[in-house]
Amino acid sequence: MIAPDRLYDLALVFAFCAVSLAQLLAMVRLVIGPDVTDRILALDTMVVDAIGLIVLLGIAQGTEIYFEAALIFAMLGFVSTVAYARFILRGDIIE
Amino acid sequence: MTLTDLIEIVIAVALVIGAVFTLIGSVGLMKLDTAMKRMHAPTKAATLGIGALLMASMIHSFAFGSGSLKEVLIMAFLFVTAPISANFIAKVAIHRGQDVPPPSPPNDQTWSTLNPLDEAIDDPELPTRS
Amino acid sequence: MQRARRSILPHPFLTFVLIVVWCLLAGGISLGTVVFGTILGLLIPQVTAAYWPDAPRRVHPVKITLYVLLVLWDILIANIEVAWIVLTKKNRDMRSIWVTIPLELRTPEAIAILAGTITLTPGTVTADMSDEGHCLLIHALNADDADAVRDDIKNRYERRLKEIFE
Repeated sequence: MIAPDRLYDLALVFAFCAVSLAQLLAMVRLVIGPDVTDRILALDTMVVDAIGLIVLLGIAQGTEIYFEAALIFAMLGFVSTVAYARFILRGDIIE
Repeated sequence: MTLTDLIEIVIAVALVIGAVFTLIGSVGLMKLDTAMKRMHAPTKAATLGIGALLMASMIHSFAFGSGSLKEVLIMAFLFVTAPISANFIAKVAIHRGQDVPPPSPPNDQTWSTLNPLDEAIDDPELPTRS
Repeated sequence: MQRARRSILPHPFLTFVLIVVWCLLAGGISLGTVVFGTILGLLIPQVTAAYWPDAPRRVHPVKITLYVLLVLWDILIANIEVAWIVLTKKNRDMRSIWVTIPLELRTPEAIAILAGTITLTPGTVTADMSDEGHCLLIHALNADDADAVRDDIKNRYERRLKEIFE
């Protein structure tokens, strides 16, 4: 049985690797995405994954100073996704 | 086995669950073959995954730091906005004809995205149907 | 009396949410954060009142809490299902279909919550709404029978939301 201390570190490393891989896969979809739809979706996913990475960094370093960054990422990501989609739908963002 | 060990195990489990769901979201994004199918994976699995990561962060801050509930804000924000952005992306997919055309609604004229009034505003330069 | 309350507190729930969010952002409950949160909670509903002309509806607090818990549980269970579908099913075995749901709900808030619920419970994404607002368009990832999906959503979520809002 692995000591809990070690287990915790392993879980953190695993989480970093998995979320980074998720980020990379989303980036591949961003590049190959056959249509604008896929690119918007990939960007949205990348924002969500970036929030995950920021949160993980906060846990790894034991600080809370990254919280605001994560919150701003969440808000900007949402607004930019909606703005992008709206631009495609209406050809304009603010009517 | 002390209490600290137990808390660390709980955090580790939350981290692994969150990371796996986030990864599944992106795997789905890569693997599925149409735009509408791809929409399912990241908007939900990734949101739940980030939720689990934030939960781990919250437990961590309560156990080893001063304790903060700020993560609840991000979680609530993500869970409220995920359906809205998914809906917008779905509208884009329908608008650009990415999937088989949807059936017409039983008791109304048409879907609001396909409403002719909307189509008229569009720039004719943009290819809208593939 | 009622009118005086309306003009000072047009949306009590929004005020409460704003105070809580401000305290969370400031990172603690102290006299300063509560007072400033209250100021914001009184000002913001006044400023934004033009955007919601109808008075907020009264909802049953216990029923809406039960509904939120039910949805959270469904999100957990069904996410595991979809993860399994994504990982194990081949693309050509997957039958994704459009489902249309005729709505009985008429309040915009209830329809918005229903649409959000459908998107968050995996397997289904709310894609669009008909132009008059009587019908929702849903995309199901892997379903054999459109009618079964429709009945499931109508029985499980729409009935409860109808009790809460109407």
